[in-house]
Amino acid sequence: MTESAGNKKEDCHAANGVKPGRNGMVKNHHHHHQYQKQEKVYHAACNGELYSRPFIESFEETPMLVAVLTYMGYGILTIFGYLRDFMREWKIEKCHIAREREEQKDFVPLYQDFENFYTRNLYMRIRDSWNRPICGVPGAKFDLVERSSNDYNWTFEYTGRVVKNVINLGSYNYLGFAENTGSCATAAGDVTVKFGVGVASTRQEMGNLDRHEELEKLVASFLGVESAMAFAMGFATNSMNIPAIAGKGCLILSDELNHASLVLGARLSGSTIRVFKHNNMQSLEKLLRDAIVHGQPRTHRPWKKILILVEGIYSMEGSIIRLPEVIALKKKYKAYLYLDEAHSIGALGPSGRGVVEYFGLDPKDVDIMMGTFTKSFGASGGYIGGRKDLIDYLRAHSHSAIYATSMSPPVLEQIITSMKCIMGEDGMTIGRSRIQRLAENTVYFRRRLREMGFIIYGNNDSPVVPMMLYMPAKIGAFGREMLKRNIGVVVVGFPATPIIESRARFCISAAHSKEMLDRVTTHFLATVNTSNNFVYFKAALYPFFNWPLFLMP
Amino acid sequence: MASGQQWVLVEMVQAFYEAPAYHLILEGILILWIIRLLFSKTYKLQERSDLTEKEKEELIEEWQPEPLVPPVSKDHPSLHYDVVTGPPSHKIIVNGKECVNFASFNFLGLLDNERVKLKALTSLKKYGVGTCGPRGFYGTFDVHLELEERLAKFMRTEEAIIYSYGFATIASAIPAYSKRGDIIFVDEAACFSIQKGLQASRSFIKYFRHNDMEDLERLLKEQEIEDQKNPRKARVIRRFILVEGLYINTADICPLPELVKLKYKYKVRIFLEESMSFGVLGEHGRGVTEHFGVNIDDIDLISANMENALASIGGFCCGRSFVIDHQRLSGQGYCFSASLPPMLASAAIEGLNIMEEDPGIFRVLREKCKHVHDALQGTPGLKVVGESIAPALHLQLENSTGSRANDLKLLRTIIDYSLDRRVALTLARYLDKEERFLPPPSIRVVVTVEQTQEEIQNAAKCIREAAVNLLK
Repeated sequence: MTESAGNKKEDCHAANGVKPGRNGMVKNHHHHHQYQKQEKVYHAACNGELYSRPFIESFEETPMLVAVLTYMGYGILTIFGYLRDFMREWKIEKCHIAREREEQKDFVPLYQDFENFYTRNLYMRIRDSWNRPICGVPGAKFDLVERSSNDYNWTFEYTGRVVKNVINLGSYNYLGFAENTGSCATAAGDVTVKFGVGVASTRQEMGNLDRHEELEKLVASFLGVESAMAFAMGFATNSMNIPAIAGKGCLILSDELNHASLVLGARLSGSTIRVFKHNNMQSLEKLLRDAIVHGQPRTHRPWKKILILVEGIYSMEGSIIRLPEVIALKKKYKAYLYLDEAHSIGALGPSGRGVVEYFGLDPKDVDIMMGTFTKSFGASGGYIGGRKDLIDYLRAHSHSAIYATSMSPPVLEQIITSMKCIMGEDGMTIGRSRIQRLAENTVYFRRRLREMGFIIYGNNDSPVVPMMLYMPAKIGAFGREMLKRNIGVVVVGFPATPIIESRARFCISAAHSKEMLDRVTTHFLATVNTSNNFVYFKAALYPFFNWPLFLMP
Repeated sequence: MASGQQWVLVEMVQAFYEAPAYHLILEGILILWIIRLLFSKTYKLQERSDLTEKEKEELIEEWQPEPLVPPVSKDHPSLHYDVVTGPPSHKIIVNGKECVNFASFNFLGLLDNERVKLKALTSLKKYGVGTCGPRGFYGTFDVHLELEERLAKFMRTEEAIIYSYGFATIASAIPAYSKRGDIIFVDEAACFSIQKGLQASRSFIKYFRHNDMEDLERLLKEQEIEDQKNPRKARVIRRFILVEGLYINTADICPLPELVKLKYKYKVRIFLEESMSFGVLGEHGRGVTEHFGVNIDDIDLISANMENALASIGGFCCGRSFVIDHQRLSGQGYCFSASLPPMLASAAIEGLNIMEEDPGIFRVLREKCKHVHDALQGTPGLKVVGESIAPALHLQLENSTGSRANDLKLLRTIIDYSLDRRVALTLARYLDKEERFLPPPSIRVVVTVEQTQEEIQNAAKCIREAAVNLLK
């Protein structure tokens, strides 16, 4: 079945005369007409059997000129970095770097010099684009604490002023549950007064509140699985539970773009890890076949079990996992599937049940359903759902249940209330309408950006929208320019992305109004027009028109 | 320059003419061989199988994986948790019975403190609950910055960094500094989150016997000899000593002054885990450094959680900026995790306020600890493990039944007996197969400032009765 799907994809490529790209899927050349055409072909040919809905994802290949210029940009930055390191060495330039204690100068250095070269010479220049402190609810708009730097970002001073009403395109507030009023906040407030905020014990000792168990029942019914368990930190849900499930003699097949927590969990488990290309089913199938045919390295013993680790929505690419194909492969090769729905739970599917519902699949086909409460639910923590025997095993063996403090009561209450709202159990339709709103906003925002000629990555239905910047100099420039226009965006570069694919990443929320999104896109366009086609193709030349940015100490 | 090169060329041509035929043939074959090697297909051992497609299909068909998880028996001791209804505070309802809490690490009673609750509520009304992002991407709130500043000030260090989960704190901090090839000297009794941090660091781990400085020095000396053999390598191997201030597994205090001496003698950095001792030891609750009067700058990194004494959620590391700042880009649990909900940060700030305003609270705690320690002495069949000023003691069986499972069952009967008599206790839980050095089974007894003289006497009496009745 999968092979036939694979063949059909080849047909797709052939029909369009486009080479299969890095991800084993069509890279859309981004002329608008062609895009329209391609969309149709994709829909007709590729989604026939496995996909109940059009699956449109675009990852435009970086144009050669842009790539060359981007590398040059990094080259120049590196040369200047060495020059400045040299000047610091000879005390020509003032050195702001924190120093080792005098008493410990003869110890083995804590850091190797090259380790921090990138931080010192590249990151430091544009550090103001990250860690911007906010002083209010991270809703559709937020207030930023204004800060300034007199020493080129080595230290920050807080001016005491507040930048009000910045449009928030950075927070993972997909369903707009980051609120300080309304039913969730009220419920959490009541619990705070009654319970306090801590628990001061672990689930297995004295920290198992009845509300924890209630939440777990609710999560299970929300996901449509037999049983579920909740944990107090999303990151730790992955890193502390994968080791309980897999171990020595097991094989973990992990997507190359998986989140750090999945990678850490896989590593801590002691299993063998192999990496397949991002969302590329041919690559995954090849690994699966080889693994079963050849068994473990050296001994050739058969693997105890094979676990596939994937995410629902990839937070830097905006891509959606090709779940129907993964499930088909998993069934064919008897592997187990671990699905991390950190970004997709609440944000995808007609009733917010994530990527499984989005594709109209059966949750029972996913062995381990993991997700977080940080994003769509506006709280913190994570969960794992699945068959009862899996959850029972975790209850007895999860590192988190035994050694880590259980979830804070007000956070718990926020999750219960928001989840009931999404499920419509509060007797209202707020949840439903928010999910719908998010889907509309996503499609609208993506369409607007595309119409304006910006290069964006990812699936058409993904609320995570990466917009390509390419140049290292544009990372900082775009972040600052947007802040001037009262828009808070997230910009990312190497090492979070491949070196030539620096980007801005927007997270669409149900709380955004159409006017806000219009204002944002208008500002993007205005920036482009005022600064010599800033973001789009011509912007490749940007570093050359902005020498001062390079010369900045 | 140019003429020189020409000369070389002429010489080469000349040599070619003069060389004997067999030499030329040999060289020709060698060149062909090199070309063949260059263009021949590189293969992995794995791909060299001679299996036909059909055989492969058969292998795939035949392979049967193990079940995802092994079955758990219905009466597995850690499958059924005790259920707490209502707040987990001083008075706690466990399995429907109202008890006095001797199990939660709420040492200073801040969990039920009205001021803390109010501050958290105010914060909730301002910020909502979640942060919806990691610290880098608009997940930094002004309260996070305030809390970091306050913690640094409280601990009298240059800088502090907060994590959103206590367990992830030291487990992230260790691999931020210690990499493959580096060496970490660790106490055998180190807690589980340290063990996970060690594993993630992929460094070379050397365990020394619990609190045994001679054993540690022996290992350090061994390493010194090793270093002398290969001084070039020794110059880049970072080395660390990892200890806990107050061990959660043994309730012992680490001999910090001696550790500091060893640190300078062998040039090893000290990382100190203070989850149990922060807000407990020392005149002002600054932990084991204050307890021993050790200069805090002599410790390279201190890590602690805010889930015990501060009764909030999260953890922090503090030390010099030179050390701490590195985690802001390298601490995995810091960079890649959503930040701490602001209301929990606010609660921790208020907790710090209370600790700073009334250092007498630590003296009260110490007295209560001694009181509990004394009251439990001489319980028949049970021995008290831990320092007299440790707020989380262990009660171990004097005579083991010979099997861990039976020991645990026996201890559980004591807990059930106490629960019926309004004393909430708990077993110290471990993952038997994962612990590097599994501590013996024990009952955890936690002391808090809220426990009255009478309640302590009552609890000790109850445990004694249980021991007399149940341990024969």
